[in-house]
Amino acid sequence: MDLTQIKASVLLSGPEIIVILGGCVVLMLSLVPRPGQGGLLAGLSLVMIALAAGMSATLGQAPQSAYQGMFVIDGIATYFKLLLYLGTALTVLISGSYLRGEHTDKGEYYVLLLFALSGAMIMVSGTDLLIIYIGIELQALSIYVLVGFLTTNTRSNEAALKYVILGAFSSGLLLFGLSLFYGLTGTTQLAAMATALGDANAQDPLLILATLFLLAGLLFKVGAVPFHMWLPDIYEGAPSPVTGFMSTVGKVAAFAVVLRLLMQDLTTLAPIWWGSVAAVAVLTMGVGSLAALVQTNIKRMLAYSSIAHGGFLLLGLLAGGSDGLSSVMLYLLVFTLMNLGLFAVIVLLNQGADRGEPIWDFSGFAKTHPGLALITLVFLLSLAGIPPTGGFFAKFYVLVALIDSGQVALAVVAVLFSAVSAWFYLRIIMLMYMDDTDHPAKILMTPALRVALAVTLIGTVLTGVLPAMFLDVAQAAARAGLG
Amino acid sequence: MPIDYLPVFLMVAVVVALSAFILTLSRLIRPHNPYPEKNRPYECGVDHVGEASAGLFKVQYFVIAILFVVFDVETMFLFPWAVVLQDMGLFGYIEMFVFIVLLLVGFAYAWIKGALEWVS
Repeated sequence: MDLTQIKASVLLSGPEIIVILGGCVVLMLSLVPRPGQGGLLAGLSLVMIALAAGMSATLGQAPQSAYQGMFVIDGIATYFKLLLYLGTALTVLISGSYLRGEHTDKGEYYVLLLFALSGAMIMVSGTDLLIIYIGIELQALSIYVLVGFLTTNTRSNEAALKYVILGAFSSGLLLFGLSLFYGLTGTTQLAAMATALGDANAQDPLLILATLFLLAGLLFKVGAVPFHMWLPDIYEGAPSPVTGFMSTVGKVAAFAVVLRLLMQDLTTLAPIWWGSVAAVAVLTMGVGSLAALVQTNIKRMLAYSSIAHGGFLLLGLLAGGSDGLSSVMLYLLVFTLMNLGLFAVIVLLNQGADRGEPIWDFSGFAKTHPGLALITLVFLLSLAGIPPTGGFFAKFYVLVALIDSGQVALAVVAVLFSAVSAWFYLRIIMLMYMDDTDHPAKILMTPALRVALAVTLIGTVLTGVLPAMFLDVAQAAARAGLG
Repeated sequence: MPIDYLPVFLMVAVVVALSAFILTLSRLIRPHNPYPEKNRPYECGVDHVGEASAGLFKVQYFVIAILFVVFDVETMFLFPWAVVLQDMGLFGYIEMFVFIVLLLVGFAYAWIKGALEWVS
C-alpha cells in the first residue's frame, strides 16, 4: 500500500480510530481519581461517540473499500454504525446513576463500553472473515468484563464466567466454519470467496458442513434457539445497563454480520441455509414467546422476549432481497429504541438494594408515578407490537417482505407467536395499572436518565407515527449496500 | 517429494541425539545428592505453602503471567515483522508503531494500577 491508499484507508476507518483513541484517553484519565470523575468520563465518552457519528455521517453511502478489501464503508455499514452509536450513547446515559447506586463508579466501565463499540463497528464494516472475527472477539471480551463488573455480586460473576465459557465455545464453532471456508476457497475475503463459490455445487458435503458451522456460530452470537441457553442467565446476572447494551448493540452487530455474510456476499449459499434458518426462526419465536410467559424476573423475561424478537429478525433474512434487508434494519432501530427505553425504566427501579427485578415491583407503578408508568406503557406496547408504536411497524414490514417473497405460512406462524408474546408485556401493564403496592418504588431521576427516556420515547413514538420515513432511510441504505 | 524433507529429519535426529548425549553425560559425571529442600517444586525463590491445586494462591502470579503473554506476543510479532519490513514498506512500519503504542497504553495502565507491585 502506498501513501495515498494508507490515507484513504485511515480516513474510511476514521470512526473506529476515534472510538479506540477515545477509549485509550478515557482509560488514562480514569487512572487519576478525582471527585465527579464518573460524570466527566461519561461525558467524554459521549463526545467521542458524537465525533465518530459525525465522521460516519460524512463518509457517505456509496461502497468504498479500504485496507486492500478487508474493510468497507457502504450504506449498510453506515446505517448500522449510526445505530450502534445510538445504542452505546443511550447505555452511557443510563449507566451513571446505576453505577453510583452500586458503588462501582469506575472509569473502566466507559472504556470497556467504547472498546465494545469499536469491536461492534469492526464487525459491521469487516469484509474479511478474520477482520469480522477480530471484531466479534473485541466486542465479546469487553462485554465479558462488563457483565462481571459488579465484582462483589455473585450473580454478576457467575454470569460473566458462563458467558466466557459459552462465548469461547461458540467462537470455536465459528472459527471451524471459517477455516473450512478458507480451505474450500483459499481466501478469507468475502468478495473473493463469493467469486470462488460462484459455481459451487450446493450438494458438496464440505460446503454444507462449512455453512452449517458458520451458521451455528453466528446463531450462537445472535441467541437463536437452539443456541439460546446462555441468554437468560447472562441477561439476569449482568448489571442492568449492560444487559440493555448487550441486547441492543450486541444484537445489532451480530445481525449486521449475519446480513453481510448471508445476504450480501455469500448469496450462493442460500439453498444450503434457507431450510435450517426457517426452522430456527420458528423455534426461536416459539421458545422465546412461550418461555417468557412464566418468567417472574423482568430481566429474564426480557431475555426471552429478546430471543423471540431475534426469531422475527431471522424472518427478514428469509424474505431476502433489499426489502427483507431493509425491514430487518428498521426492526433493529425500533428494537434498540424501545428495549433501551425499557432498560432505562428498569435502571430507575433498580435503585436501592436488589429492587426492581421481580415483576411485582411494577405493581401500582401507575398510582405512584403516573408519568413514568405511561412511558413504560409505550415501550411495552411497542415491544408487544401494538400500533401506533414503532414495534408494530417493525413487525409489519418484516411480514410484508415475507409475504411478498411468498412465505405466507411463516408469516402466519409469526403472527400467532406474536400474539402469544403480547401476553407477558400486557401482564406488566396490568400490574402497573390494576394492582396496588405497599412499597412504592423510590425513583431518583437524573438529567442523563431524563435525556435517555426522552430520546427513546420520542424515537419509539416517531417510528410508529412516521414509519415510512424511517423505512425510506433503511431502504436507501440497503440498496446502496447491495449495490 | 519426501526426499525434500531430509534436512528436517536430520535436524530432528541431531536434536534427539544431542539431548540424549548431554543428559547421559551429565548423569555420568555430576554428583548425585538429593535432599528434601532440593526436591521441592521451584517457586521463584518464595517458600511454598501447601499445594497450589489445594487452595488459594497469589493472584500476582496470574497477573504477571498475563503481562508476560502480552509482551511475549509482541516479541513474536516483531521478529517476522523485522524480516519482511522491506516488502511491507511504510504501511508495515507505521502499523507496528500503532500496535506498540496501543500495547504501551495497556502497559501504562497496568503499571499505574500497581499490577507490577508484589504485595506479600
